[in-house]
Amino acid sequence: MSDTRRITLSVNGRSRTEEVETRIHLADFLRQSLGLTGTHLGCEHGVCGACTIIVDGRAVRSCLMLAVQADGAEIETVENLGRVEALSPLQKAFSTHHGLQCGFCTPGMLMSIEAFLRENPEPTAADIREAISGNICRCTGYQGIVEAALAAADERRGRA
Amino acid sequence: MSARYFGAAVPRLEDPRLLAGRGRYVDDIALPGMLHAAFVRAQVAHGRIRGIDAAEARTMPGIAAIYTMTDFAAIAQGPMPPMAPHPLIKTPITYHPLAVDEVCHVGEPIAVVLAGTRQQAEDAANAVSFDIEHLPAVANPIAALAKDAPPVHSGRAGNLIGTIRGGFGDSDAVFARADQILSETFSIHRGGCHSMECRGVIAAPDALSDDLTVYTSSQSPYMVRRHLAQYLKRDESSLRVIAPDVGGGFGPKANVYPEEFAIALAALALGRPVKWIEDRSEHFVATTQQRDQVWMVDVAFTHQGRMQAVRGRCIHDNGAYAPYGLILPATALASFPGPYALDALDISIDVVLTNLVPTTPVRGAARPCTAFVLERLADRIARYLKMPREEVRRRSFVTADRMPYTTGMKARDGSPISYDSGDYEKALDLALEKIDALGFPARRKQAAARGKLLGLGIASCVEDTGLAPFEGATVRVTPAGKVTIATGAASQGQGHRTVLAQIAADALGVDIADISVESADTGKFPLGISTIASRIAVTAGSSVELAAQKVRNKALKAASFMLEAAENDLEIEAGIVRVIGVPGMQVSLGEIARALSGSAGLLLPGHLEPDLAATAYFESNALTFAYGSNACEVEIDPATGDIRVTRYVVVHDCGRLINPLVVEGQIRGGVVHGIGNALYERMVYDETGQPLSTNYGEYLLPLASEMPDIEIHHIETPSPRNPIGVKGAGEGGTIPAAACVISAIEDALGQGAPFIAEHPVSPERITEWLDGMS
Repeated sequence: MSDTRRITLSVNGRSRTEEVETRIHLADFLRQSLGLTGTHLGCEHGVCGACTIIVDGRAVRSCLMLAVQADGAEIETVENLGRVEALSPLQKAFSTHHGLQCGFCTPGMLMSIEAFLRENPEPTAADIREAISGNICRCTGYQGIVEAALAAADERRGRA
Repeated sequence: MSARYFGAAVPRLEDPRLLAGRGRYVDDIALPGMLHAAFVRAQVAHGRIRGIDAAEARTMPGIAAIYTMTDFAAIAQGPMPPMAPHPLIKTPITYHPLAVDEVCHVGEPIAVVLAGTRQQAEDAANAVSFDIEHLPAVANPIAALAKDAPPVHSGRAGNLIGTIRGGFGDSDAVFARADQILSETFSIHRGGCHSMECRGVIAAPDALSDDLTVYTSSQSPYMVRRHLAQYLKRDESSLRVIAPDVGGGFGPKANVYPEEFAIALAALALGRPVKWIEDRSEHFVATTQQRDQVWMVDVAFTHQGRMQAVRGRCIHDNGAYAPYGLILPATALASFPGPYALDALDISIDVVLTNLVPTTPVRGAARPCTAFVLERLADRIARYLKMPREEVRRRSFVTADRMPYTTGMKARDGSPISYDSGDYEKALDLALEKIDALGFPARRKQAAARGKLLGLGIASCVEDTGLAPFEGATVRVTPAGKVTIATGAASQGQGHRTVLAQIAADALGVDIADISVESADTGKFPLGISTIASRIAVTAGSSVELAAQKVRNKALKAASFMLEAAENDLEIEAGIVRVIGVPGMQVSLGEIARALSGSAGLLLPGHLEPDLAATAYFESNALTFAYGSNACEVEIDPATGDIRVTRYVVVHDCGRLINPLVVEGQIRGGVVHGIGNALYERMVYDETGQPLSTNYGEYLLPLASEMPDIEIHHIETPSPRNPIGVKGAGEGGTIPAAACVISAIEDALGQGAPFIAEHPVSPERITEWLDGMS
């Protein structure tokens, strides 16, 4: 039978303890064991970035990390950014600037940018483009995403 | 129309849910008792299946069943029905849901493993072994046409599916009298789908009835229903097909796939829900692509640079099957003569089988290929005559005073194609002005001072949109005063909900927040065709307008009885019907809907029919033609061959804009797809048909770090061919983009540059050319 381990981690501010198969990657764990289907899988080889989440403050591809490696970690997923009726400023900026179409790459884009803006409050458009160069979007041509990220950065600075 | 919403940059109704991670894509759906499927696929491009050994796999943990096609014999058998039959295809060249005795490309499904988890299914799939006799394979369409080429299908003589021809005028006579003739050969490669969501299917039999529900990541849920019902010999009423949130389509998800059938068959055989989610490596070998066309063409033109005629032959790689008939090559043919008023055209396209994944339309279908041929020819003529590239186009365009312009070509139903409206020269002039073509020589000099080669490219196009026959819509006001729109038109990110709600909100005088849209569920609307060919704004948009106007008229009629006022004295605002100038004399749309829902013992106001609702099917009986011109600048590093698109300007006319945010998003995404075709995307096979580019390290997609900002300027020439004056916008960005970028690359390479007749163009290719020039 498959090998399992018990892990304890914080997901979106809530402590979770689960028995997981050692071979299950973190994205499958979040989606299947915790029902957090906002994290998407686009390539499962670490290029497309759709599965990006924040682990201990850094943007991480959850398809390239085993769930057991997240034992003790603090994890944030798109579900933590804002709710349908109370979107975060970054999420709102995505809508205002048409930074999403099909929405499939969107959670990964949001988490990459969220992690980036926390460390880089005054980015240029080129900085944003570099920051999301590990997130593929087939729909938008990226420009709306860049504009949304810049607008969100402006708003954050205004608040700070 | 009061136009409160139509034309405004309304934020999309789709967004909040998708942004909050609350989208519902196929893989997000989990049903009780659901099994997970993994396919066992062909590892060779051509082979005869002698035997399958699944004995060990069957003993592995969690395995519920392992099926091959023979296991489904009691339910259904035989090849899948063709989606688009064509007289040239006498015997359909379609897949079996699972291969029976022969596999014709790497990735073709042979068996399906059902297990408690996806991981268990994949483990067991790896343990299934085959006895396959290798047969010779053919991996490119030119080789496939050779006399001694091995057959792609062992039972089928020859690899030529057929030759389609089209044209008009007396080509021989025009060429015989022409001032000048040039001949060129083009090798055009377009990649695959690469929607960020791969395909996925869930089939769920109803425990209490014979009904089967299928969730599928598809552009064509109604086509899946039609063909699956036919295959299962069921009535369509016992089959419900739903496309939930779909993570991009771009053409290939318009097909009906063997996996959709195999998963339905497995679910019926087991009496349990079954889910299959395509992974990215499967997407590379089992989702249709576009790949190669080779064009050998002659162009006749005057000394003054007017294009007079084009003649030639194309060899089209159709892959191992023709699930979608000849739609892709036929679209290449139908895209002539582009924006140009030619005296004659004579084109033939050889549609050829290869032992590779089938080809079907990818964003733009083959329109970008035809645009590449025509635009490159325009540049070629300009270079030959030493005249500006824009001048050849100006002298060759269909002029605004000739609209509507009958091109000489025929539509799929045999009717003559005519361009409805537009000013092609104006679009080109505007593109040149906006990119500041006059200032280009100075910018080129500045780039040269930095050691870089700067080039300016231009390309023009037309796009046929609004393909017949219809997408219908029902607009209904509920007793709660809310408005629901139901349509068959499936969405894969285009923002249909928002634009359809904008149209209905204006027609009914309601707040857009009170409108909800249901689509792509055969249980919610009776008929649908497909989200393809930039057709939904024209077809579904017009149907919503017509249905909403009917509802409005019915509401006014009912209100005139309820308020005892003449219809002419009524107005609708914010969901309330008022008697103009009489405060307090009013009734809400919700109250009218309640009255028209009926109460026991009471007749309806004015003896109207029940239900404050109407359905319309706008008949899209003639194509509407969007058009545009693009201009871009490309900077090349001569040391490395690195190519950067540094500026990109689009001038685009898709008639009236329903929502500029959505239209510009379509254009930008389309342009970037075209830049990917020009510079990055290449699906590579070896000579035995083994795919060599099956991950995103080997197959490159455009990334944010390499893409420019794309500047868009609209011209709005309302189409006279539908009630809302719109033309489609889904592919106009892609169609000229590769031609525009290649035009700029050739310009950057300067005097002595080779004529570039291919794409994608890699940095290696650039350095080869530069080395050859020095």
